[in-house]
Amino acid sequence: MDLLIFQVPILMVQASLDGILLGILFALIAYGMALQWGVMNIINIAQGDLVILGGYITYFMYLSGIHPALGVIVAPAIMYFVGVGLYKLVINKVVDRDLFISILATFGISILFMQLMNFAFGADVVLANSEFGTTMLFNNSVTLPNSKLFSALISIIFAIGLVVYMKKSKLGRAIRATAQNARAAKILGVDTEKVYAATFGINAALCGVAGSLVAITFTIHPYMGLPYTIRSFMIVIIAGLGNLPGVAVSGMGLGMFEEFADYILGTEFRIGSVFLLLVLILVYRRFKLSKKREYLK
Amino acid sequence: MKNNNIILYAAILIFGVLAPFILPAFKVQLSILCILIVLALTWNIQGGEMGYNSFGNILFYGLGMYICASVQVGMFFPLAEWTESGGEKTFVHSPTQFFQGMAFGLLAAAIVPTIVAGLIGYSILGLRGHYFAICTLGLGVAAGEISGGIEIIGAGQGFTTPPFPDVGSLESRGQFFYFLSFIVLVLTFIAVKSVYSTRFKLVLNAIRDNEDKAEAMGIQTMKYKIIGWMISAFFCGLAGGIMGGLVGYIDSTDVAFDGREMGVFMVLMAILGGKGTLWGPVIGATLFHLFKEGFWTYFLGWQYVALGVLIVVIVIYFPEGLMGWLREKYPERFGEVVDEADRKAQVELK
Repeated sequence: MDLLIFQVPILMVQASLDGILLGILFALIAYGMALQWGVMNIINIAQGDLVILGGYITYFMYLSGIHPALGVIVAPAIMYFVGVGLYKLVINKVVDRDLFISILATFGISILFMQLMNFAFGADVVLANSEFGTTMLFNNSVTLPNSKLFSALISIIFAIGLVVYMKKSKLGRAIRATAQNARAAKILGVDTEKVYAATFGINAALCGVAGSLVAITFTIHPYMGLPYTIRSFMIVIIAGLGNLPGVAVSGMGLGMFEEFADYILGTEFRIGSVFLLLVLILVYRRFKLSKKREYLK
Repeated sequence: MKNNNIILYAAILIFGVLAPFILPAFKVQLSILCILIVLALTWNIQGGEMGYNSFGNILFYGLGMYICASVQVGMFFPLAEWTESGGEKTFVHSPTQFFQGMAFGLLAAAIVPTIVAGLIGYSILGLRGHYFAICTLGLGVAAGEISGGIEIIGAGQGFTTPPFPDVGSLESRGQFFYFLSFIVLVLTFIAVKSVYSTRFKLVLNAIRDNEDKAEAMGIQTMKYKIIGWMISAFFCGLAGGIMGGLVGYIDSTDVAFDGREMGVFMVLMAILGGKGTLWGPVIGATLFHLFKEGFWTYFLGWQYVALGVLIVVIVIYFPEGLMGWLREKYPERFGEVVDEADRKAQVELK
């Protein structure tokens, strides 16, 4: 327990600001998760590992001398094909099966990815330094790395772009139709198989964007994936499926929660508190729903 | 049929008792095998029979491990000093102290997780399907992360369990842990078998097949779900306690709450053998242990890659497991009555 944050209130501004910027990034990942959950009814445990993989793509661009900010264009392009490949290899066999099967299968993929990344890229914590510098606010008492601002900006651009794409484009309409009723969509001539592949690809591409932003603003490590999965799952269940503004708001809320937990409980409990929050939210949701069920009786 | 079963059980029992003398080099492996079978059996109670696929039974396992070791140390020495500076060098358990501590430790390691399961059961077992799976996954990881920050049980640097006291021969440590785990295995098997022969199992299966309908039939599903989970937690904690002593060192995320290894293993073993059967987890655990040892020895470093591939392959191609496959192939052996005409019609339809 560390109560420094209450003695120095300016830290609260720092934590809130960090949390909101971080939360926007989480919301982007959660958006991908909501997309595939809504369309394919799959909960992808490997979501976080796709994020980390995207981060490594950016990291290697950085190593070879290209500015890592370009990673937000290259990483999703590569990750789209990774996603489609993953769909063709594994996911298409579990789409219409029991949900537990898909959870377990993606859990297997997650372990596989983790270990392959560990082999390929080593077990060091790395980051892609963007050299954007920092901005100081409030008489230098709040530091704000420009890279965080950049990441929030890019996240918002991609999220809005995707929303528009889903509304206007032909594929977007097909995806939404499949989400509403896969059978009816099939009857009306939508190639659902293609839609599923594209959905998974788009999700992976979003993870790629998020991953390169993570690599620029924070650090990446082969085993860091699972917390991102849990965060995005949590954001989706707080907001509810198909509630996009809710995803953004709950993402920011989660980001702030994490930053405050970091200050108050200490960094070693940060990830633990995220997972614990997930459990608490699920339990709260269960009691809320059971009340509703009783009322219906 | 009945006689055959008795012969089978007697053969396994005799093999189990003689195993450390026949295969002295594999004592530790055999002990781990016993633990793995116990874990698979316990997972199968709520994963296979009840249909509540938990990723978080590792919670009880790790809890049992920490509690057993803490009790064993804390009964005789100050726990904080022990963990702080490698207390095993300053404080030495005499043989009596060690065995006493182990006995009480195992008792606590079984009871505390059971109580925990009972307490959290009401809230968590109300979740359905994938929400339950993810919630338990979160629970397991949270436990690992949080225990890694608690100073008194060693925090990030780990916790050395009391070393086995010097009681004569070098073989005794291996034999002690082997027989301990074998006894727990036998107890678990008997408990599970007797539970499965009562109405309790039918209730669990009813919950798995259609929970709402079971509730409508007047079954208090929540009560049975909690009891099922508590039975599972009891033996899981016991297995964890023994494993802690066997490994000799407890680390929060790599040994105790090791979701990436044990947590997945227990699910995988039960599914590999066939969930929802009595013998499935036993066979699955044995096969898996052989596979695992082979891979961990000859392809060190690639084991997690193999594990990931194995999970995907099993889940996609053999979701019913070995027993399920056999059952499909030879339904008569499983006491199912097959109508020949019906079967012919089925074949013709195909």
